[in-house]
Amino acid sequence: MGGMTEFVLPPKTFSTAFMGPNKGMIFNARIVVTLKNGVLDPQGKAIEGSLDALGFDGISSVRQGKVFEVELDASSKAAAEKQCTAMSEKLLANGVIEDFAVEIG
Amino acid sequence: MTTAIIQFPGSNRDRDMIAAVTSISGQAPSLVWHTETALPSCDLIILPGGFSYGDYLRAGAIAARSPIMDAVRNTAARGTPVLGVCNGFQILTESGLLPGSLMRNATLNFVCKSVKLSVANASTLFSSHYNQDQVIPCPVAHHDGNYFADGETLARLEGDCRVVFRYADGTNPNGSINDIAGVLNESGNVLGMMPHPENLIEDAHGGDEGRALFTSIYASLADKAA
Repeated sequence: MGGMTEFVLPPKTFSTAFMGPNKGMIFNARIVVTLKNGVLDPQGKAIEGSLDALGFDGISSVRQGKVFEVELDASSKAAAEKQCTAMSEKLLANGVIEDFAVEIG
Repeated sequence: MTTAIIQFPGSNRDRDMIAAVTSISGQAPSLVWHTETALPSCDLIILPGGFSYGDYLRAGAIAARSPIMDAVRNTAARGTPVLGVCNGFQILTESGLLPGSLMRNATLNFVCKSVKLSVANASTLFSSHYNQDQVIPCPVAHHDGNYFADGETLARLEGDCRVVFRYADGTNPNGSINDIAGVLNESGNVLGMMPHPENLIEDAHGGDEGRALFTSIYASLADKAA
């Protein structure tokens, strides 16, 4: 009986900024893209149904989204945030149906 | 009349489109790889169906940002007709050439079957060889064809008769709002549609109701040239 194997989660990496090769600092950004309110989310509905079938009570809604972890080199936290906002607007999120939030570690 | 067909990594209905264009216009199209930055001289641009970039991120999202799309945008702005079918429609919405967005089918299932289409506006350069409100069969094959636009955009599309094709007789296969299967841009020279008219151009396909879409375009181009 070997007992339980301990599963250790890797440490969160996006709290440390360190010097990068080009502009100054490496930042770890997390961009969360979610469907706008009012946009139907059939995938979220299907997941909600499945959670309900597994016996999870009290769930009133599940919405599915996407998370992007971006490592980038920028001169400051504000510059990194500006970059991430621009990349979300241009590519990562579709403004017709999605909202996004940027977190810089 | 010369046609350019844009090919992306993952396009898979490009060959069907080449066959349709060659058969109907009598001239083989130019094929343009997505990394090009200029288009050959052409009277019509077609973005064919498929799964460009494996539908990564969102269907059509990455292809819409490929180098050739600036040339497509500029040429469209000068009035050249652009037709996007299936993945081509998704690329047109993602590139901002058409309003709205194509979301995952409401059933979550990939659909591959024949639906009924009603011609909601037969006065466009893409549909003049159909009769107004004519109902035709047409094949669809997609996973992300659920058209969505916000209320204001939708009201504008409907008010300006920019919905060209609608799923008819209860055959909406994907949950599209207002049964929208194909929409026009504001200037009327860019059409995106989920169904595949290029797969219904000869008896061996089970019908040729898709031909009129292409003959409408080429007739309009010939009129303009005359």
